[in-house]
Amino acid sequence: MSTALTTPKKKARPLKELLAKATPLRSGDVLAGVAAQTEEERVRAQIELADVPLTRFLDECIIPYEGDEVTRLIIDGHDKGAFAPISGFTVGELRDWLLTDAATPQALTALAPGITPEMAAATSKLMRMQDLILVGAKCEVVTRFRNTIGLPGTFSVRLQPNHPTDDMKGIAASTLDGLMYGCGDAVIGINPATDNLDNITKLLWMLDSVVQKHEIPTQTCVLTHVTTTMEAIENGAPVDLCFQSIAGTEQANASFGINLSLLKDAHQATLSLNRGTVGNNCMYFETGQGSALSANANHGVDQQTIEARAYAVARAFDPLLVNTVVGFIGPEYLYNGKQIMRAGLEDHFCGKLMGLPMGVDICYTNHAEADQDDMDVLLTLLGTAGCKFVMGIPGADDIMLNYQSTSFHDAAYLRKLLNLKPAPEFATWLESVGVHDREGQLLPILKSNNLLGLSDGLK
Amino acid sequence: MSTRKTPATTQKSTDSSQFVTADPWTELKCFTDARIGLGRCGTSLPLSESLSFKLAHAQARDAVHQPFKIDELAHGLEIAGIRHLRLNSAVADREEYLTRPDKGRKLSTVSREFLETQVKDFDLCLVIADGLSSRAIHENALSFARGFLGLTKHAALSVAPVCLVENGRVAVADEIASILQAEVVVILIGERPGLSSPNSLGVYMTYNAKPGTTDEARNCISNVREGGLSIKDGVQKLAYLMEEALRIKTSGVALKDKMPANHLPFGIALTALTKSEDAPA
Repeated sequence: MSTALTTPKKKARPLKELLAKATPLRSGDVLAGVAAQTEEERVRAQIELADVPLTRFLDECIIPYEGDEVTRLIIDGHDKGAFAPISGFTVGELRDWLLTDAATPQALTALAPGITPEMAAATSKLMRMQDLILVGAKCEVVTRFRNTIGLPGTFSVRLQPNHPTDDMKGIAASTLDGLMYGCGDAVIGINPATDNLDNITKLLWMLDSVVQKHEIPTQTCVLTHVTTTMEAIENGAPVDLCFQSIAGTEQANASFGINLSLLKDAHQATLSLNRGTVGNNCMYFETGQGSALSANANHGVDQQTIEARAYAVARAFDPLLVNTVVGFIGPEYLYNGKQIMRAGLEDHFCGKLMGLPMGVDICYTNHAEADQDDMDVLLTLLGTAGCKFVMGIPGADDIMLNYQSTSFHDAAYLRKLLNLKPAPEFATWLESVGVHDREGQLLPILKSNNLLGLSDGLK
Repeated sequence: MSTRKTPATTQKSTDSSQFVTADPWTELKCFTDARIGLGRCGTSLPLSESLSFKLAHAQARDAVHQPFKIDELAHGLEIAGIRHLRLNSAVADREEYLTRPDKGRKLSTVSREFLETQVKDFDLCLVIADGLSSRAIHENALSFARGFLGLTKHAALSVAPVCLVENGRVAVADEIASILQAEVVVILIGERPGLSSPNSLGVYMTYNAKPGTTDEARNCISNVREGGLSIKDGVQKLAYLMEEALRIKTSGVALKDKMPANHLPFGIALTALTKSEDAPA
C-alpha cells in the first residue's frame, strides 16, 4: 500500500498549482484552466499536498505580497502565538489532528487566528464530507448585536423578504410570513431592487419601525454597497448592520468597488452608531466561490482557495454574520448538486476554522443541475455540521433575485429534526408573541395575534 | 396526481386540508408574488404547494433546455421583410454552453468567416440569441424586433441584417458589431429564468462594441415579457437609449436614463410604434 501512495520525488511545484490540482472537481476550475486533467492527477496532488509543512504557507504566497493587499492582510495579521501548537505540522497532520478529541472546541477557538486561508483550504481538500462536518461542528463561534448568534444548540435564520419593485407592503407581507415561522433572528435583510439612496433609506426606516414597534430582539440590514450604507449613516438612517460582498483578491474586491481601507471606514462608521444591545459585531459579509474568476481576478488560483481568502478579509472586521452564497452564480462555477454540496461544506469548514460566524445561502439557479432534493440534503448536512444560519425566503423562491434558496418551512424542519433553537433572546420573544410554545415548536397563529397587524401601518 | 389511500383524502391532494395548519394572513398575498401564507403540515410544506413549486421549477428548467426554434424565428422575420443571417457561437452543444461562457461569447470559425464576407458599416446591428431561455425569444423577440426596426426605419438609420445566434452569450454581439462595423449593437437574449418568470427577454445595447468590451459599457433593459415590462415600453426605452448613445458617442454607466414619460422615440408618436408592433405576422 505505501508504495502505491508514494509520488516520484521531484522538485516541489508552486503551492498555487498544487492547491488547484488537489481540489475536488468543479466546473469553475475547469473553466479557469487550473483543474487536474485526470482523476489520478487530482489524487496524486492531494497525496503531495498532505506532506507540505504548514510553515511553507507563511513563506510562499500564492498571490504575491507586493501586489495584493489581501495577501498582506493574511501574512501581516498572522498570529504566531496561536499558530505555535501546530507549527510543526504538515497539512496531512493538521487534518488528522483536527479529527481527534484533542481538538476540542476551546483548542480550535484558540487556534483560529493562527490559521491562514490557504492552510484551511489545503486541509479541506484532504477531507471527505464527514470530516468537514465533524470538525465544522466542533468549531464554536459566538457573535452578538441585539441577540446572540452561534451558541451550541441554536440555529438562526436570515429573513429575506425581497420584492422585485421594493414594494413596502410586499416586503412587510413577506416579513410577517417569516416571523410567523420563527425566522429572522440572524437578521431581517433585504436585497433591494434599486440601489439609490432614497430607496435604501426608506427601506431602512421601514425595517427599523417593524423591529421597534414589535420590540423584536434582532437586527436589520439593507444589502447595498458599503458606500451607499455610509451615506445613509451620514444622513441619520437607522443602520444596524453594514453589508458588503467581498472576495479573496485585491483585484476582485476592486471589481466590487471596495478595498480594505474603505471597509475599515465603513466598520468605524457603523460601530459609531452603537445600536447593538448585547454586543457590537455590526458587519455582515457575503462571499461565494467563483466571484474572483467572474471578475477575471483569480490569479490562476482555484476558486475554493480564493473563497477562503475572502474569510481573511471578513475576519479583520469582527462580523456578526458571514454568509457564503453557494450556488448563486451558475453551473459554470458549480455545475450540479454534488459540486454545490461539497462547496457549501468546504466553505463552512474553512470559515469556522478561521473563527468566523458562518452561515450558508444554500441555493441554485434554474440552469444548474440541481433541485430542492439537493438543497434538502445540503441543509441537513450543514445542520449537523453546526452551520449558524441559513436564508429564510417565502417558499424558497426569491422573486427578486430569480433563484431558489431555503424557505421558512425548511428552517423549521431543521430546528425540529435536530432540536435546535433560535437565538435565546429571539426565542423568548417568539414565545411571548405566541409563535412558538415553550418547547420551541410552532403554534397555530390566532387571528387575534398582534403581529398580524404588522403590514397595516404601511399604506 | 395519484389517489391516496387515506380515507379522508380520497378526493384530491388539495383537499387534504384537515392536515394543514392554515396561515390566517393569506389575504396578504395580494401585496406580493412571493410564496407566503402557504400553511403547513406539521412544520412542512403542504403537498399542493410542494407540487406547485415543482411545476414552476420544471417550467424554468424546460425553458433553459428548450431548443431554439431558429427556423420559426427566421421565417417570421422573412414574412416581416426583415433581412437576417444565421450564426453559431463557438459552443458545441447546450451542456458546453452552460459551463463555458467564454465560448458562448465567441463566434464559431465558420460563422466568423461567413460574417467577414458581408457588407459592412452600419448605424445599428440587431442580434438575437437564445441565451438561457429560448422561450423568452420565442414569445417576445419577433414582436420586439419588428417594433424596434420599424422605428429605426422611420428614423432612416442604416441597419445590418439581424444576426440570429444559437447558444450565444451577451458579449457575442461585440464580435458581430466589430466585424460588421456597426456603431451601435443591440442584443435580445433569453434571461436566466426565475420560477415566476421563465420567459424574460433581456435587451443589451452597446456603443462601439468590440471583443473585450465589458459590462459597464452596456445599457440593459430587463424583464421584457407579458406580466413584466411590455414590448412597447421596452422598444420605447431602447430607442431613447440608442438616440442618446448616438448623440454622446458612448453607452453604459456614462449614459444615464433620464427619459421623460412622454418621450417620442426618434420623434415618432407612440401610435406609430404600437401599429408596427401589432402588424399581422
